[in-house]
Amino acid sequence: MLSIRIIPCLDVTDGRVVKGTKFVNLRDAGDPVEVAKRYNDEGADEIVFLDITATHEGRDTTIDLVRRTAEQVFIPLTVGGGLRNMNDIRNLLNAGADKVSLNSIAVKNPQFINEAAEKFGNQCIVVAIDAKKTEDKKWNVFINGGRIDTGLDVVKWAKDAVKFGAGEILLTSMDKDGTKDGYDNQLLEIISSEVNVPVIASGGAGQLEHFFDACKAGASALLAASLFHYKEIEIKDLKQFLKSKNIPVRT
Amino acid sequence: MKKIAIIDYGFGNIKSVTNALLFCGADPVVISSPKELSNYGGAVLPGVGAFAPAIQFLKNLNFDKALLDYLSAGKMLYGSCLGFQLLFTRSFENGENVGLNIIEGDVKHFNFTDGKLKIPHMGWNNVELKNGNNIKKMFDGINDSEQFYFVHSYYVALKNPSQIGAITKYGVSFCSAVAIDNVWGSQFHPEKSGNCGLKLMKNFIGAC
Repeated sequence: MLSIRIIPCLDVTDGRVVKGTKFVNLRDAGDPVEVAKRYNDEGADEIVFLDITATHEGRDTTIDLVRRTAEQVFIPLTVGGGLRNMNDIRNLLNAGADKVSLNSIAVKNPQFINEAAEKFGNQCIVVAIDAKKTEDKKWNVFINGGRIDTGLDVVKWAKDAVKFGAGEILLTSMDKDGTKDGYDNQLLEIISSEVNVPVIASGGAGQLEHFFDACKAGASALLAASLFHYKEIEIKDLKQFLKSKNIPVRT
Repeated sequence: MKKIAIIDYGFGNIKSVTNALLFCGADPVVISSPKELSNYGGAVLPGVGAFAPAIQFLKNLNFDKALLDYLSAGKMLYGSCLGFQLLFTRSFENGENVGLNIIEGDVKHFNFTDGKLKIPHMGWNNVELKNGNNIKKMFDGINDSEQFYFVHSYYVALKNPSQIGAITKYGVSFCSAVAIDNVWGSQFHPEKSGNCGLKLMKNFIGAC
Protein backbone atom coordinates (compact mmCIF):
# COMPACT_ATOMS: atom_id res chain seq x y z
CA MET A 1 0.00 0.00 0.00
CA LEU A 2 1.16 3.52 -0.74
CA SER A 3 1.88 5.16 2.60
CA ILE A 4 0.74 8.58 3.69
CA ARG A 5 3.82 10.83 3.79
CA ILE A 6 4.79 12.74 6.92
CA ILE A 7 6.77 15.86 6.04
CA PRO A 8 8.50 18.17 8.51
CA CYS A 9 9.05 21.65 7.13
CA LEU A 10 12.08 23.75 8.12
CA ASP A 11 12.12 27.50 7.66
CA VAL A 12 15.69 28.44 6.78
CA THR A 13 17.50 31.71 6.29
CA ASP A 14 21.20 32.37 5.74
CA GLY A 15 21.77 28.64 6.04
CA ARG A 16 20.19 28.30 9.49
CA VAL A 17 16.89 27.04 10.84
CA VAL A 18 14.89 30.09 11.83
CA LYS A 19 12.33 28.67 14.16
CA GLY A 20 14.16 27.41 17.18
CA THR A 21 14.12 23.73 17.91
CA LYS A 22 14.11 21.87 21.16
CA PHE A 23 16.19 19.00 19.90
CA VAL A 24 18.70 17.97 22.44
CA ASN A 25 22.14 16.46 21.93
CA LEU A 26 22.65 18.20 18.63
CA ARG A 27 25.99 19.74 17.95
CA ASP A 28 24.23 22.77 16.59
CA ALA A 29 20.50 23.04 17.06
CA GLY A 30 20.25 25.68 14.38
CA ASP A 31 21.99 23.67 11.67
CA PRO A 32 19.36 22.50 9.16
CA VAL A 33 21.53 19.55 8.13
CA GLU A 34 21.58 18.23 11.69
CA VAL A 35 17.84 18.80 12.05
CA ALA A 36 17.12 17.10 8.72
CA LYS A 37 19.26 14.12 9.74
CA ARG A 38 17.40 13.89 13.01
CA TYR A 39 14.03 13.90 11.24
CA ASN A 40 15.30 11.27 8.84
CA ASP A 41 16.29 9.05 11.78
CA GLU A 42 12.88 9.61 13.37
CA GLY A 43 11.09 8.36 10.26
CA ALA A 44 10.21 11.48 8.27
CA ASP A 45 9.23 10.49 4.72
CA GLU A 46 10.42 13.71 3.10
CA ILE A 47 11.93 17.01 4.16
CA VAL A 48 10.85 20.48 3.03
CA PHE A 49 13.14 23.50 3.32
CA LEU A 50 11.33 26.80 3.03
CA ASP A 51 13.90 29.47 2.23
CA ILE A 52 12.85 32.78 3.71
CA THR A 53 16.16 34.46 2.93
CA ALA A 54 15.73 37.98 1.68
CA THR A 55 19.15 38.65 0.18
CA HIS A 56 20.92 37.33 -2.87
CA GLU A 57 24.02 36.37 -0.83
CA GLY A 58 21.83 34.43 1.55
CA ARG A 59 20.54 32.33 -1.32
CA ASP A 60 24.01 30.95 -1.97
CA THR A 61 24.05 29.63 1.57
CA THR A 62 20.79 27.84 0.81
CA ILE A 63 22.39 26.10 -2.16
CA ASP A 64 25.26 25.07 0.07
CA LEU A 65 22.82 23.91 2.73
CA VAL A 66 20.94 21.77 0.20
CA ARG A 67 24.23 20.32 -1.00
CA ARG A 68 25.33 19.39 2.51
CA THR A 69 21.93 17.92 3.40
CA ALA A 70 21.74 15.81 0.25
CA GLU A 71 25.13 14.30 1.05
CA GLN A 72 23.80 12.86 4.28
CA VAL A 73 20.03 12.51 4.08
CA PHE A 74 18.69 9.95 1.62
CA ILE A 75 15.01 10.75 1.51
CA PRO A 76 13.33 13.22 -0.88
CA LEU A 77 14.14 16.85 -0.30
CA THR A 78 11.95 19.74 -1.49
CA VAL A 79 13.11 23.34 -1.48
CA GLY A 80 10.86 26.34 -1.88
CA GLY A 81 10.74 30.07 -1.30
CA GLY A 82 11.61 32.96 -3.54
CA LEU A 83 12.52 31.06 -6.70
CA ARG A 84 12.67 33.50 -9.59
CA ASN A 85 13.89 31.72 -12.70
CA MET A 86 14.95 28.46 -14.34
CA ASN A 87 18.48 28.97 -13.14
CA ASP A 88 17.34 28.99 -9.51
CA ILE A 89 15.63 25.64 -10.10
CA ARG A 90 18.62 24.16 -11.88
CA ASN A 91 20.99 25.24 -9.11
CA LEU A 92 18.84 23.67 -6.42
CA LEU A 93 18.36 20.41 -8.33
CA ASN A 94 22.06 20.22 -9.14
CA ALA A 95 22.83 20.73 -5.46
CA GLY A 96 20.74 17.66 -4.67
CA ALA A 97 17.16 18.86 -4.15
CA ASP A 98 14.61 16.41 -5.57
CA LYS A 99 11.76 18.88 -5.97
CA VAL A 100 11.28 22.61 -5.94
CA SER A 101 8.21 24.39 -4.71
CA LEU A 102 6.93 27.39 -6.67
CA ASN A 103 4.54 29.90 -5.19
CA SER A 104 4.38 33.59 -6.18
CA ILE A 105 6.23 33.18 -9.46
CA ALA A 106 3.78 30.47 -10.55
CA VAL A 107 0.83 32.80 -9.99
CA LYS A 108 2.49 35.75 -11.69
CA ASN A 109 3.63 33.65 -14.63
CA PRO A 110 1.86 30.27 -14.93
CA GLN A 111 3.79 29.55 -18.12
CA PHE A 112 6.85 29.23 -15.90
CA ILE A 113 5.35 26.05 -14.36
CA ASN A 114 5.06 24.65 -17.85
CA GLU A 115 8.63 25.54 -18.79
CA ALA A 116 10.00 24.11 -15.56
CA ALA A 117 7.96 20.89 -15.87
CA GLU A 118 9.06 20.38 -19.46
CA LYS A 119 12.67 20.99 -18.61
CA PHE A 120 12.96 19.07 -15.35
CA GLY A 121 9.90 16.78 -15.35
CA ASN A 122 6.66 17.46 -13.48
CA GLN A 123 7.67 15.03 -10.73
CA CYS A 124 9.97 17.71 -9.36
CA ILE A 125 7.64 20.71 -9.69
CA VAL A 126 5.50 21.37 -6.62
CA VAL A 127 3.12 24.32 -6.73
CA ALA A 128 2.57 25.82 -3.28
CA ILE A 129 -0.73 27.62 -2.73
CA ASP A 130 -1.49 29.90 0.22
CA ALA A 131 -5.27 29.91 0.61
CA LYS A 132 -7.45 32.21 2.67
CA LYS A 133 -11.18 31.80 3.10
CA THR A 134 -13.32 34.66 1.79
CA GLU A 135 -16.78 33.16 2.18
CA ASP A 136 -18.36 29.75 2.70
CA LYS A 137 -16.55 27.17 0.51
CA LYS A 138 -14.57 29.88 -1.23
CA TRP A 139 -10.89 30.66 -0.85
CA ASN A 140 -8.56 33.17 -2.51
CA VAL A 141 -4.93 32.68 -3.49
CA PHE A 142 -2.46 34.90 -1.61
CA ILE A 143 1.14 35.53 -2.66
CA ASN A 144 4.30 37.21 -1.40
CA GLY A 145 4.25 35.35 1.88
CA GLY A 146 0.52 35.88 2.33
CA ARG A 147 0.67 39.65 1.95
CA ILE A 148 -1.09 40.06 -1.38
CA ASP A 149 -4.61 38.86 -2.23
CA THR A 150 -4.55 37.93 -5.92
CA GLY A 151 -8.32 37.58 -6.06
CA LEU A 152 -7.80 34.20 -7.76
CA ASP A 153 -10.07 31.36 -6.74
CA VAL A 154 -8.04 28.57 -5.12
CA VAL A 155 -9.94 25.71 -6.76
CA LYS A 156 -9.53 27.23 -10.19
CA TRP A 157 -5.86 27.99 -9.60
CA ALA A 158 -5.09 24.49 -8.32
CA LYS A 159 -6.66 22.96 -11.44
CA ASP A 160 -4.80 25.40 -13.69
CA ALA A 161 -1.49 24.74 -11.93
CA VAL A 162 -1.88 21.02 -12.61
CA LYS A 163 -2.75 21.71 -16.24
CA PHE A 164 0.42 23.76 -16.54
CA GLY A 165 2.43 20.82 -15.20
CA ALA A 166 2.49 20.82 -11.39
CA GLY A 167 3.27 17.31 -10.15
CA GLU A 168 2.05 18.02 -6.66
CA ILE A 169 0.14 20.73 -4.75
CA LEU A 170 1.33 22.02 -1.38
CA LEU A 171 -1.85 23.50 0.06
CA THR A 172 -1.50 25.84 3.04
CA SER A 173 -4.52 27.23 4.81
CA MET A 174 -3.64 30.72 6.04
CA ASP A 175 -6.70 30.71 8.28
CA LYS A 176 -5.54 27.57 10.05
CA ASP A 177 -1.78 28.12 10.00
CA GLY A 178 -0.49 28.44 13.56
CA THR A 179 -3.89 27.84 15.17
CA LYS A 180 -3.27 24.17 16.04
CA ASP A 181 -6.97 23.46 15.69
CA GLY A 182 -6.68 21.23 12.66
CA TYR A 183 -6.09 21.40 8.91
CA ASP A 184 -8.76 23.03 6.72
CA ASN A 185 -10.36 19.72 5.79
CA GLN A 186 -13.12 21.26 3.73
CA LEU A 187 -10.54 22.94 1.51
CA LEU A 188 -8.48 19.73 1.35
CA GLU A 189 -11.49 17.68 0.37
CA ILE A 190 -12.43 20.00 -2.46
CA ILE A 191 -8.92 20.41 -3.86
CA SER A 192 -7.94 16.75 -3.62
CA SER A 193 -11.12 15.72 -5.41
CA GLU A 194 -10.63 18.35 -8.11
CA VAL A 195 -6.99 17.58 -9.00
CA ASN A 196 -5.44 14.26 -9.90
CA VAL A 197 -1.99 14.92 -8.41
CA PRO A 198 -1.02 14.41 -4.75
CA VAL A 199 -2.05 17.17 -2.32
CA ILE A 200 0.11 18.01 0.71
CA ALA A 201 -1.92 19.32 3.64
CA SER A 202 -0.34 22.25 5.47
CA GLY A 203 -1.36 24.61 8.25
CA GLY A 204 -3.20 23.93 11.47
CA ALA A 205 -2.03 20.56 12.78
CA GLY A 206 -2.03 20.47 16.57
CA GLN A 207 -3.10 17.00 17.60
CA LEU A 208 -2.76 13.42 16.35
CA GLU A 209 -6.42 13.35 15.27
CA HIS A 210 -5.87 16.33 12.98
CA PHE A 211 -3.50 14.30 10.81
CA PHE A 212 -6.04 11.48 10.60
CA ASP A 213 -8.81 13.92 9.65
CA ALA A 214 -6.67 15.31 6.82
CA CYS A 215 -6.06 11.77 5.52
CA LYS A 216 -9.81 11.21 5.44
CA ALA A 217 -10.23 14.51 3.59
CA GLY A 218 -7.98 13.16 0.83
CA ALA A 219 -4.47 14.46 1.61
CA SER A 220 -1.60 12.37 0.22
CA ALA A 221 0.93 13.92 2.56
CA LEU A 222 0.85 15.81 5.85
CA LEU A 223 3.15 18.71 6.57
CA ALA A 224 3.87 20.36 9.90
CA ALA A 225 6.61 22.60 11.25
CA SER A 226 6.67 23.84 14.83
CA LEU A 227 4.68 20.88 16.08
CA PHE A 228 7.61 18.64 15.16
CA HIS A 229 10.33 21.16 16.02
CA TYR A 230 9.04 21.59 19.55
CA LYS A 231 8.45 17.85 19.88
CA GLU A 232 4.82 18.37 20.77
CA ILE A 233 4.23 15.41 18.51
CA GLU A 234 6.97 12.98 17.53
CA ILE A 235 6.91 11.48 14.07
CA LYS A 236 7.13 7.92 15.34
CA ASP A 237 4.15 8.43 17.67
CA LEU A 238 2.17 10.03 14.86
CA LYS A 239 2.89 7.07 12.59
CA GLN A 240 1.92 4.63 15.31
CA PHE A 241 -1.35 6.52 15.79
CA LEU A 242 -2.17 6.59 12.07
CA LYS A 243 -1.33 2.92 11.79
CA SER A 244 -3.79 2.16 14.60
CA LYS A 245 -6.40 3.97 12.50
CA ASN A 246 -5.58 1.75 9.50
CA ILE A 247 -3.81 4.50 7.57
CA PRO A 248 -0.79 2.99 5.76
CA VAL A 249 2.50 4.43 7.03
CA ARG A 250 6.17 3.63 6.52
CA THR A 251 7.60 2.31 9.75
CA MET B 1 36.99 1.71 -3.13
CA LYS B 2 35.19 0.33 -6.15
CA LYS B 3 34.82 2.72 -9.02
CA ILE B 4 31.23 2.85 -10.27
CA ALA B 5 30.28 4.74 -13.44
CA ILE B 6 27.23 7.00 -13.41
CA ILE B 7 26.00 7.51 -16.95
CA ASP B 8 25.30 11.18 -17.58
CA TYR B 9 23.11 11.71 -20.62
CA GLY B 10 21.32 14.82 -19.37
CA PHE B 11 18.35 13.13 -17.71
CA GLY B 12 19.66 11.83 -14.44
CA ASN B 13 19.56 12.94 -10.86
CA ILE B 14 23.33 12.56 -11.01
CA LYS B 15 23.94 14.33 -7.73
CA SER B 16 21.65 12.11 -5.66
CA VAL B 17 23.13 8.93 -7.12
CA THR B 18 26.67 10.23 -6.58
CA ASN B 19 25.89 11.12 -2.95
CA ALA B 20 24.36 7.73 -2.22
CA LEU B 21 27.22 5.76 -3.84
CA LEU B 22 29.77 7.82 -1.91
CA PHE B 23 27.85 7.24 1.31
CA CYS B 24 27.86 3.49 0.56
CA GLY B 25 31.64 3.48 0.23
CA ALA B 26 32.03 3.42 -3.55
CA ASP B 27 33.98 5.79 -5.76
CA PRO B 28 31.42 7.14 -8.25
CA VAL B 29 32.65 8.60 -11.52
CA VAL B 30 30.25 10.53 -13.78
CA ILE B 31 30.84 9.58 -17.40
CA SER B 32 29.32 11.14 -20.51
CA SER B 33 31.20 9.20 -23.18
CA PRO B 34 30.40 5.54 -23.99
CA LYS B 35 34.10 4.86 -24.57
CA GLU B 36 34.69 5.23 -20.85
CA LEU B 37 32.11 2.58 -19.93
CA SER B 38 34.40 -0.41 -20.49
CA ASN B 39 36.77 0.87 -17.78
CA TYR B 40 34.22 0.02 -15.11
CA GLY B 41 32.85 -3.16 -13.55
CA GLY B 42 29.69 -1.43 -12.37
CA ALA B 43 27.50 1.29 -13.84
CA VAL B 44 24.32 3.10 -12.87
CA LEU B 45 21.86 4.40 -15.45
CA PRO B 46 19.87 7.01 -13.55
CA GLY B 47 16.97 8.98 -14.95
CA VAL B 48 14.17 11.38 -14.27
CA GLY B 49 11.93 12.94 -16.91
CA ALA B 50 10.32 11.72 -20.11
CA PHE B 51 11.20 8.52 -21.99
CA ALA B 52 11.34 9.84 -25.56
CA PRO B 53 13.98 12.58 -25.20
CA ALA B 54 15.95 10.42 -22.75
CA ILE B 55 16.31 7.44 -25.12
CA GLN B 56 17.10 9.86 -27.93
CA PHE B 57 19.96 11.45 -26.00
CA LEU B 58 21.24 8.05 -24.92
CA LYS B 59 21.26 6.86 -28.53
CA ASN B 60 22.74 10.10 -29.87
CA LEU B 61 25.64 9.62 -27.49
CA ASN B 62 25.95 5.98 -28.68
CA PHE B 63 25.39 4.64 -25.21
CA ASP B 64 22.90 2.07 -26.54
CA LYS B 65 25.51 -0.05 -28.32
CA ALA B 66 28.11 0.56 -25.62
CA LEU B 67 25.70 -0.72 -22.96
CA LEU B 68 25.07 -3.94 -24.91
CA ASP B 69 28.83 -4.56 -25.25
CA TYR B 70 29.31 -3.71 -21.60
CA LEU B 71 26.63 -6.18 -20.50
CA SER B 72 27.88 -8.96 -22.76
CA ALA B 73 31.23 -8.63 -20.98
CA GLY B 74 29.30 -9.66 -17.85
CA LYS B 75 29.58 -6.32 -16.10
CA MET B 76 26.98 -5.01 -13.64
CA LEU B 77 24.33 -2.44 -14.58
CA TYR B 78 21.70 -0.75 -12.38
CA GLY B 79 18.84 1.20 -13.96
CA SER B 80 16.94 3.51 -11.62
CA CYS B 81 13.44 4.90 -12.31
CA LEU B 82 13.47 6.24 -15.89
CA GLY B 83 16.85 4.52 -16.27
CA PHE B 84 15.01 1.27 -15.43
CA GLN B 85 12.28 1.91 -18.00
CA LEU B 86 14.88 2.60 -20.71
CA LEU B 87 16.08 -1.03 -20.38
CA PHE B 88 12.81 -2.31 -21.89
CA THR B 89 11.60 -2.93 -25.44
CA ARG B 90 9.34 0.07 -25.92
CA SER B 91 7.43 2.79 -24.14
CA PHE B 92 4.02 4.30 -24.76
CA GLU B 93 4.84 7.60 -23.09
CA ASN B 94 3.87 10.33 -25.61
CA GLY B 95 3.56 7.96 -28.56
CA GLU B 96 5.53 4.79 -29.11
CA ASN B 97 9.29 4.81 -28.61
CA VAL B 98 11.82 2.00 -28.85
CA GLY B 99 13.96 1.37 -25.78
CA LEU B 100 17.22 -0.52 -25.25
CA ASN B 101 15.40 -3.89 -25.35
CA ILE B 102 17.77 -5.42 -22.81
CA ILE B 103 14.68 -6.85 -21.10
CA GLU B 104 11.57 -7.66 -23.13
CA GLY B 105 8.57 -5.62 -22.06
CA ASP B 106 6.51 -2.47 -22.47
CA VAL B 107 6.34 0.76 -20.50
CA LYS B 108 2.70 1.72 -19.94
CA HIS B 109 0.77 4.56 -18.37
CA PHE B 110 -1.21 4.07 -15.18
CA ASN B 111 -4.81 4.17 -16.29
CA PHE B 112 -7.22 4.57 -13.39
CA THR B 113 -10.86 5.28 -14.01
CA ASP B 114 -12.19 5.74 -10.48
CA GLY B 115 -10.16 8.90 -9.85
CA LYS B 116 -9.19 7.84 -6.34
CA LEU B 117 -5.59 7.00 -7.09
CA LYS B 118 -3.39 9.99 -7.83
CA ILE B 119 -0.91 10.10 -10.70
CA PRO B 120 2.07 10.21 -10.35
CA HIS B 121 2.40 7.28 -7.98
CA MET B 122 4.44 9.27 -5.49
CA GLY B 123 5.72 8.14 -2.13
CA TRP B 124 6.73 5.03 -0.20
CA ASN B 125 5.29 1.68 -1.18
CA ASN B 126 5.95 -2.00 -0.48
CA VAL B 127 8.23 -4.09 -2.65
CA GLU B 128 7.35 -7.81 -2.63
CA LEU B 129 10.09 -10.12 -3.82
CA LYS B 130 9.37 -12.56 -6.66
CA ASN B 131 11.79 -14.13 -9.16
CA GLY B 132 15.10 -13.43 -10.85
CA ASN B 133 18.29 -15.38 -10.25
CA ASN B 134 19.92 -12.45 -8.41
CA ILE B 135 16.96 -10.98 -6.55
CA LYS B 136 18.06 -12.45 -3.22
CA LYS B 137 21.50 -10.97 -3.70
CA MET B 138 19.98 -7.58 -4.60
CA PHE B 139 17.78 -7.56 -1.47
CA ASP B 140 20.26 -9.27 0.85
CA GLY B 141 19.66 -8.01 4.38
CA ILE B 142 16.39 -6.30 3.38
CA ASN B 143 13.05 -7.74 4.51
CA ASP B 144 10.43 -8.79 2.00
CA SER B 145 7.77 -6.06 1.53
CA GLU B 146 9.95 -3.21 2.78
CA GLN B 147 9.01 0.25 1.51
CA PHE B 148 10.93 2.21 -1.10
CA TYR B 149 10.41 5.65 -2.61
CA PHE B 150 8.58 5.88 -5.94
CA VAL B 151 7.68 8.75 -8.22
CA HIS B 152 6.41 7.78 -11.67
CA SER B 153 3.38 7.80 -13.95
CA TYR B 154 4.45 4.86 -16.13
CA TYR B 155 5.27 1.27 -15.20
CA VAL B 156 6.89 -1.71 -16.90
CA ALA B 157 5.01 -4.82 -18.04
CA LEU B 158 7.39 -7.70 -18.71
CA LYS B 159 6.84 -10.14 -21.55
CA ASN B 160 8.22 -12.98 -19.48
CA PRO B 161 6.66 -12.97 -15.96
CA SER B 162 9.41 -15.23 -14.62
CA GLN B 163 11.80 -12.28 -15.01
CA ILE B 164 9.81 -10.14 -12.54
CA GLY B 165 12.10 -9.54 -9.59
CA ALA B 166 9.63 -7.79 -7.34
CA ILE B 167 6.15 -6.33 -7.49
CA THR B 168 4.43 -3.29 -6.04
CA LYS B 169 0.70 -2.62 -5.91
CA TYR B 170 -0.80 0.65 -7.00
CA GLY B 171 -4.11 0.14 -8.77
CA VAL B 172 -2.33 -2.61 -10.67
CA SER B 173 0.38 -5.00 -9.56
CA PHE B 174 3.48 -3.90 -11.46
CA CYS B 175 7.11 -4.98 -11.67
CA SER B 176 9.13 -2.72 -9.37
CA ALA B 177 12.54 -4.42 -9.59
CA VAL B 178 14.52 -6.90 -11.65
CA ALA B 179 17.79 -8.72 -11.01
CA ILE B 180 18.56 -10.96 -13.98
CA ASP B 181 22.21 -11.97 -14.08
CA ASN B 182 24.10 -8.66 -14.34
CA VAL B 183 21.06 -6.52 -15.22
CA TRP B 184 19.57 -4.95 -12.11
CA GLY B 185 17.11 -2.15 -11.84
CA SER B 186 14.15 -0.71 -10.04
CA GLN B 187 11.22 1.60 -10.65
CA PHE B 188 11.81 3.08 -7.19
CA HIS B 189 14.74 5.34 -6.34
CA PRO B 190 17.15 3.38 -4.10
CA GLU B 191 19.17 6.59 -3.69
CA LYS B 192 16.13 8.22 -2.04
CA SER B 193 14.77 5.25 -0.10
CA GLY B 194 16.46 5.76 3.24
CA ASN B 195 18.31 2.87 4.89
CA CYS B 196 16.73 0.13 2.76
CA GLY B 197 17.75 1.94 -0.40
CA LEU B 198 21.30 2.41 0.83
CA LYS B 199 21.53 -1.30 1.74
CA LEU B 200 20.38 -2.23 -1.75
CA MET B 201 23.01 0.05 -3.25
CA LYS B 202 25.66 -1.55 -1.07
CA ASN B 203 24.52 -4.94 -2.36
CA PHE B 204 24.91 -3.67 -5.91
CA ILE B 205 28.39 -2.27 -5.21
CA GLY B 206 29.31 -5.62 -3.65
CA ALA B 207 28.20 -7.44 -6.81
CA CYS B 208 30.26 -5.19 -9.11
